[in-house]
Amino acid sequence: MCTYQTEHLALRASAKGPTGWIGVTDASVYFDHPTHFRAEHALSIDFLNPSKGPSARVALEMDVVSARALAQGILDALASVPAGLLAAG
Amino acid sequence: MLLDLRAETLSIEGFNGDSIEAYFAQPLTTDPVGGVVVIHHLPGYDKATKEITRRFASEGYLAICPNLYSREAPGASPDDAAATARANGGVPDERLVGDVGGAAAFLRSRDISNGKVASIGYCSGGRQSVLAACSLNLDAAVDCYGAFVVMDTPEESPFRFRSLVDKLPNLSCPLLGLFGAEDQYPSPEQTDILEAKLKELGKTFEFHTYENAGHAFFAPDRPSYRTEAANEGWAEIWKFFGTYLTN
Repeated sequence: MCTYQTEHLALRASAKGPTGWIGVTDASVYFDHPTHFRAEHALSIDFLNPSKGPSARVALEMDVVSARALAQGILDALASVPAGLLAAG
Repeated sequence: MLLDLRAETLSIEGFNGDSIEAYFAQPLTTDPVGGVVVIHHLPGYDKATKEITRRFASEGYLAICPNLYSREAPGASPDDAAATARANGGVPDERLVGDVGGAAAFLRSRDISNGKVASIGYCSGGRQSVLAACSLNLDAAVDCYGAFVVMDTPEESPFRFRSLVDKLPNLSCPLLGLFGAEDQYPSPEQTDILEAKLKELGKTFEFHTYENAGHAFFAPDRPSYRTEAANEGWAEIWKFFGTYLTN
């Protein structure tokens, strides 16, 4: 099925794709049919910079276990950082 | 027998007189033939949809697939264009109708056109095929597992697809619906509602719901592909177009 669901996030980030680094201002997160990952559905994240056009995009597609592990990994990494550094970042 | 064909990318006039990209395939025949507007799925104007377009030409129909993401993502790869369209909440209904109308007019203006044109759409294109048939004068329409035909997208969804129920009295042509019993968008309950509405309105339609198939069972490049449902579905399409697109 197509879920048609999408979470939009504003980001301040950089990402590297085939043509080099891009500034990232937005992300779309959704669980739907992937383009490349071999599964009927995948958790997908598009890192985007709409001001640079549709090709300013770095895409990730992964299974549910990987997505949860990634989300937890991000939270764990942030949790282990001294508070002073987080405030400065 | 499969016909030889010629396929090319060109520009046509779409909604609001905009020039949009389209993929056009024509059978190499001098006999009058019907036309098919192919409405691509949410993942975009991609290789698989172009193959479908060529398939119609090889079966003896003029066929065109407008790139519905021409405006927001000209020249972008199909997956990047689809990501942009998704982030923007999809294609507005009014623009879709204008683009399909432009594609239908292009087909009717071809020398070998018999004047008859159908729409067929997959996934989000299934709903858009019904929308086009309720908004334009078409000769046939096919809805392949289109969701949000009888219900709105949820409030939290960035897509703004509204139910087409109030437009169904304007359905201009026979409708063929091809669905998967395991699909949830649309679910069998939703296609039952659509069937009941069409019956109530006295419209000509034919629905087939395939067991052991879910969404996107026609897509041979995806794990959702189901050989039996796809083959049976194609057979229904040829029968349907053979009835309504020939003179």
